[in-house]
Amino acid sequence: MGKNKNKGSPRNYTLASGVARFSKSAMFHKKAIYKFMKKKAPAKESKKKAVFVEKKIGGAKNGGTRMVRVKKLANDYPTAVKAAKKPFASCQKSHPAKLRSSITPGVVAIVLAGVHKGKHVIVLKQLQSGLLLITGPMTLNGCPLRRINQRFIIATKTKVDVSSVKVPDTLNDAYFARVKAENVKKDGVFADNKKQKYAPSDERKKDQGEVDKQVMAAISKHPEGALMKKYLASVFRLQKGQYPHNMVF
Amino acid sequence: MPFKKFVEIGRVAYIADGPCQGKIAAIVNVIDQNKVLIDGPTSGVSRQAYPLKQMHLTNLSVKFPFNASTKVVRKELEANKVDEKWADSAWCQRIKAKAVRKSMTDFDRFKLRKAKSQRNRIVTIALNGKKKALRKAGKI
Repeated sequence: MGKNKNKGSPRNYTLASGVARFSKSAMFHKKAIYKFMKKKAPAKESKKKAVFVEKKIGGAKNGGTRMVRVKKLANDYPTAVKAAKKPFASCQKSHPAKLRSSITPGVVAIVLAGVHKGKHVIVLKQLQSGLLLITGPMTLNGCPLRRINQRFIIATKTKVDVSSVKVPDTLNDAYFARVKAENVKKDGVFADNKKQKYAPSDERKKDQGEVDKQVMAAISKHPEGALMKKYLASVFRLQKGQYPHNMVF
Repeated sequence: MPFKKFVEIGRVAYIADGPCQGKIAAIVNVIDQNKVLIDGPTSGVSRQAYPLKQMHLTNLSVKFPFNASTKVVRKELEANKVDEKWADSAWCQRIKAKAVRKSMTDFDRFKLRKAKSQRNRIVTIALNGKKKALRKAGKI
């Protein structure tokens, strides 16, 4: 083995034209790949599988036997393009949606859509489905314990320390899932299907009161607690000359 | 209206754009119609060519010979207390106020609104009191 004159510099390199200095065969010899090539194993003699098999068939005039395929051909000649496979639903269940970094438990958020749009609410936690659990609190702005998608809120920089607030584990997605109205039998063309007005259950009222009590205590502990309560009771509005892309929330 | 602030050796300028945005520097020499050599040793601006379009002239100026070294420029700026004068100026205070206003959060805006309306209420009550007294006295 002679002295390695090339120490530190690469064996192969690209020229200014974009082409490599040494070809594949040149590199084969430079790198002595023949030393590292594995011996080729002799090709295994594969068992020849029969494609057609002779089968006996009945009927006097049918020729007695027929060559039948061992593996039937697929009788599938689609006329339309098959719809793409949907991703597994369990893929979403395995982990909740990634939250914006500005959304953390205790942050004050502005609701942008829905019945409570414009209200300032407190984000409590993220549920398993990825939706956020928010509360007004109810006594301040009439917004109950509710689920909301992170897309429909603007997270402000104002935070309340809700580490002491224990949200009961019963408050999960199943708790908030919409209850489907029972199918009323239709008598005639126009049935008297009055829309059932939503009335909160006693369980909901109890949970609301319990959670809100803790949240209000956390707000009161905030150095600007009194003003914070007025802030949560207020509604967000854009004034003239205020542009959301220019504002810090 | 005659011009009052000139591009001259020693003129202190506020840098409005570019990498040194927000700082002040003194003009050390003029390179051509669009560029000047600036130096702001007391305000963290290293000696460099800078386009005049990105600078706004202030009413402060110091005296040093053209192409004076950074050491001389620093001495003159400190002797004339340029940094203090700039910080005290209404211009500088306005810039700071704008920055604070822009960085207000939604809660800050709410607090400001409440404070303004409280103040206005006090003013209105006092004003109306005075008006009532004058009206009674027949003066208005």
